[in-house]
Amino acid sequence: MSDRLPGFSTLAVHAGAQPDPTTGARATPIYQTTSFVFNDADHAASLFGLQSFGNIYTRIGNPTNAVLEERVAALEGGTAALAVASGHAAQVVVMQQLLQPGDEFIAARKLYGGSINQFTHAFKSFGWNVAWADPDDIASFERAVTPRTKAIFVESIANPGGTITDIEAISTIARKAGVPLIVDNTLASPYLIRPIDHGADIVVHSATKFLGGHGNSIAGVIVDAGTFDWSKDGKYPMLCEPRPEYHGIKLHETFGNFAFAIACRVLGLRDLGPALSPFNAFLILTGIETLPLRMQKHCDNARAIAEFLASHKAVASVSYAGLPGDKYNSLARKYAPKGAGAVFTFSLKGGYDAGVSLVSNLKLFSHLANVGDTRSLVIHPASTTHSQLDDAAKIKSGAGPDVVRLSIGIEDKEDLIADLEQALGA
Amino acid sequence: MNHDAYPDNYIRGILNGVKSIAMVGASPVNVRPSYFAFKYLAERGYDMIPINPGHVGKTLLGKPFVASLAEIGRPVDMVDVFRNSSHIMPVIEEALRLDPLPRVIWMQLGARDDAAAAKAEAAGIKVVMNRCPKIEYGRLSSEISWMGVNSRTLSSKRPPAPTQGMRLSLNRMSVGGGETAASDRAAKNRNEPG
Repeated sequence: MSDRLPGFSTLAVHAGAQPDPTTGARATPIYQTTSFVFNDADHAASLFGLQSFGNIYTRIGNPTNAVLEERVAALEGGTAALAVASGHAAQVVVMQQLLQPGDEFIAARKLYGGSINQFTHAFKSFGWNVAWADPDDIASFERAVTPRTKAIFVESIANPGGTITDIEAISTIARKAGVPLIVDNTLASPYLIRPIDHGADIVVHSATKFLGGHGNSIAGVIVDAGTFDWSKDGKYPMLCEPRPEYHGIKLHETFGNFAFAIACRVLGLRDLGPALSPFNAFLILTGIETLPLRMQKHCDNARAIAEFLASHKAVASVSYAGLPGDKYNSLARKYAPKGAGAVFTFSLKGGYDAGVSLVSNLKLFSHLANVGDTRSLVIHPASTTHSQLDDAAKIKSGAGPDVVRLSIGIEDKEDLIADLEQALGA
Repeated sequence: MNHDAYPDNYIRGILNGVKSIAMVGASPVNVRPSYFAFKYLAERGYDMIPINPGHVGKTLLGKPFVASLAEIGRPVDMVDVFRNSSHIMPVIEEALRLDPLPRVIWMQLGARDDAAAAKAEAAGIKVVMNRCPKIEYGRLSSEISWMGVNSRTLSSKRPPAPTQGMRLSLNRMSVGGGETAASDRAAKNRNEPG
């Protein structure tokens, strides 16, 4: 066979999966087991010592999860991936490999509110310090670099406002600082943006959202781009120094360009424990098979609804990068030409009260704290996802009191527009 | 050969074709990458010969250590070099004095010496640099997928049920070149100053 590069849709269906060797089952089986039998004592020792590839215990790896991992790695163009219990777990596991107590990382100010909380409070208790930078002012990332900076973190399409990040510009700063660029690609999915192609070294996902796509399972994925040299200057001891947990193995030396994914598995997942259930992995995998079809429909619907809202008399403004007049439209055309995603915000002339009334009058949109579902969703971030931020931080992260966030589903767009129209007029 | 990106068929042809492998720099220390690779390849049925002058008189997984390539005393198909880039050339020169010549010289992950490679290729020897045969074998057989690694292969065929000591099929459809563009970038970054 020649080395032909299959298209995205083919990878979405096939990558990582093959018929089950024992039964011939064509769909990926759910290996709902905690543990795997060893061939003999030497096999067991080889697996525990990382000398052989294989399964030990589902907290560390599972064959169903492995199919999900390889599939997302293939779709993102990475060397390897690791599936974990949630997007938040993915972030903890990634940072545990990169930061020692007292270290810093730089994060874009425009982030999912839950990530802002995790970085500000939970990570602080580990001694990991976040420095904030403004993706609208690229130089602010460069100014935030210190000798203790170990990573830069951004979202490709930022929650909640659907703004597009200039990944290449920030990657240049990361490379100059000698630190990896981590991109949360949850809202874009690799169908719209492949951050590794633009200079990301690590990609993280809340697979709960568009990858799974059906609002039925929580999961996270970490993708190793294989691009970062972990041994260059000794800044990343989890990867470049002999690990006492494994009798002195140096992970980068041993595993080369997928060492980061291995570190996340054998140091992060093994010791912190946020394992993904194989059943959830199966549901996410099934979702990914239709990712290209769903994502295009999500984007086409979102654009139509953004256009409808932009022309409605009760609407003050719409923040959707797919609209020609939007501040982020040129970045959207560069990074996400197939569509600017399906999560965006708009603000109402009637302010906070009008937002609350809209949410309660909608009949088809569901009022809940999630995005990336087949169903269309609505939320008022200021009183929910971003409620723990102060007012100034709310506005800076794009979640001011008058802002309503939509996650557009794959229903018929005419029905969604009709629902918004009746709710706005009510 | 373009040593930045090997086609999968080149690597597959080497791993399917060679039977005996002399590993220069094989270590008896069981956390060293050379030990991992030696053990893995021996379990896959390759005739492994450990070369390390510091351990002559001892054995590695039952195979007696040999002091140098010249002292093996029988033909070998492949020389797998576990030495830093700066120590590659003398090993290649020693390999080029073997009669018959090995068919393949393989330099481990992180090791690259283009001048040494050119010398070996001029003598008709196939060269692989900055790769691990264990990782490549695991990737092309998809065994490495068990660790969430992107094997860059696809298959709709039912594989044989795994049994102990079996050699997995390398005959899967490859989905890309021997190296991703991203990994090439890492190699370039490594060579950039600062």
